[in-house]
Amino acid sequence: MRNWIEKQRYIIDFTISSLLRRKVKNFGLLALYTLIVFILASTMFFTYSIKKEASLILKGAPEIVVQKIVAGRHDLFPVSYIDAIKSIRGVASVESRLWGYYYDSLVSANYTLLTPPSTANAADTAKASTKTTVVESESDDPQSANNSKPLFELNGAVLEPGTLIIGNGIARLRNIGKGDYMPFRAFDGNVMNFKIAGTLSSQSELVSSDLMLITGEDFRKLFGIDNNYVTDVTVVVNNPSEIATVASKIKKRLPQARPIIRDEILRTYDSIFNWRGGMMIVIFSAAVLAFVIFAWDKASGLSAGERREIGILKAVGWETSDVIQMKFWEGAMISLTAFLTGVILAYTHVFFTGSIVFEPALKGWSSLYPNFELTPFVNLEQLTTLFFLTVVPYTVATIVPIWRAATIDPDSAMRFTGE
Amino acid sequence: MSLLLVHANFSESARQANLEEKAMLVKTLKLTDLCLFTEARYTRHLSQADLNTAFQDHPMSLEHFPSGSFTQPPERMSERP
Repeated sequence: MRNWIEKQRYIIDFTISSLLRRKVKNFGLLALYTLIVFILASTMFFTYSIKKEASLILKGAPEIVVQKIVAGRHDLFPVSYIDAIKSIRGVASVESRLWGYYYDSLVSANYTLLTPPSTANAADTAKASTKTTVVESESDDPQSANNSKPLFELNGAVLEPGTLIIGNGIARLRNIGKGDYMPFRAFDGNVMNFKIAGTLSSQSELVSSDLMLITGEDFRKLFGIDNNYVTDVTVVVNNPSEIATVASKIKKRLPQARPIIRDEILRTYDSIFNWRGGMMIVIFSAAVLAFVIFAWDKASGLSAGERREIGILKAVGWETSDVIQMKFWEGAMISLTAFLTGVILAYTHVFFTGSIVFEPALKGWSSLYPNFELTPFVNLEQLTTLFFLTVVPYTVATIVPIWRAATIDPDSAMRFTGE
Repeated sequence: MSLLLVHANFSESARQANLEEKAMLVKTLKLTDLCLFTEARYTRHLSQADLNTAFQDHPMSLEHFPSGSFTQPPERMSERP
């Protein structure tokens, strides 16, 4: 055993010096290999972590959201529909939501304006969290929307008529904060000034970067929405296993309604960044193409210099198995170094630099993009998959030419001249 | 490599509170989507997008936002009733 280890050490020593003799070629190979691993690993880490994070965060999303569709587009939801939904067996409660978008031409950004939901739900949440406390908010009853007064409190910021609680992305983009004023052009052309009551935490940017919390009363004034309408409603079902049944009953009772169940929301984010998607397939096909070139280069045989080296080694007494071992160590060193470097660089890239390489593509045309740090959901399974995707194809591609070169007659190998 | 896995494991535990804060915000405000792409309304709220999103401008219109290339149509779109 000791002899075997010693032999391997000598072979590894020789392999390293042999690799260093062809520095440019081998470093080029290593750099390209590392780049491929880096791209694949970054994509894998990013997509897996964002999907996992989405599934954990969105598990608290509404069980059913019911929209009204007119001519294929969202329409305002009549408050009168709420009673029809409440009368369906299995429905525990129905809550209205008021939300919409506001385009800020000053910074060319879209904001999401949202009215915090009603007291009943919020009270439950307040029990569960010490950080988030809801004092009071608008009710399903359209008449009571006018009476919304003291409303909502989040991390010490109190939402009252004439005030806003804004997401950290908006605060950063507009360079504003608590106590500042923000003008809005209302539906009738009038300018409405809102005081910033507080900012949502920067830790929550992945869900709240572009959010603006506004009172129901102000929301209706800003967009000119009648008290008899809301944006959509959320439904709580008594028995979670009946969610799909209740959704189909809603659809039957209100043909214009479009129920979206929580499972569909979660599935939407599960299919995001799927490898079949446009940009993803471009990344994957580039990596696969690079690998094909790699494999082709290796499978088409060794260079004349390498063949001559093998010939000399065999002439001085090396056996075929020694040559194969040497080439095995060479392949292992290159592929493992590329794999480890690529994975570590990808980990740093995704979890420490906020995926800086992917950022321009992810930002797209939006001027308001959340600054978020992903939780590193990395496990052994992902690393094993990556290993089999990158190291194994390279190793397989190098086996045949090595075998052919190792069994060559030393005399004919040494006669071969020219690189 | 082991260090990387250990770091990932520790970070996951350390960020648990942050994840819970986000989950609580989603529950409190009844949010439905992540704020990933703010370029258009249907990319901001992917799960709430209307069924004709791809053709919002005209029939046979192609998707023209970069974020559209990261997402798939919801499964229900391909399911036959």
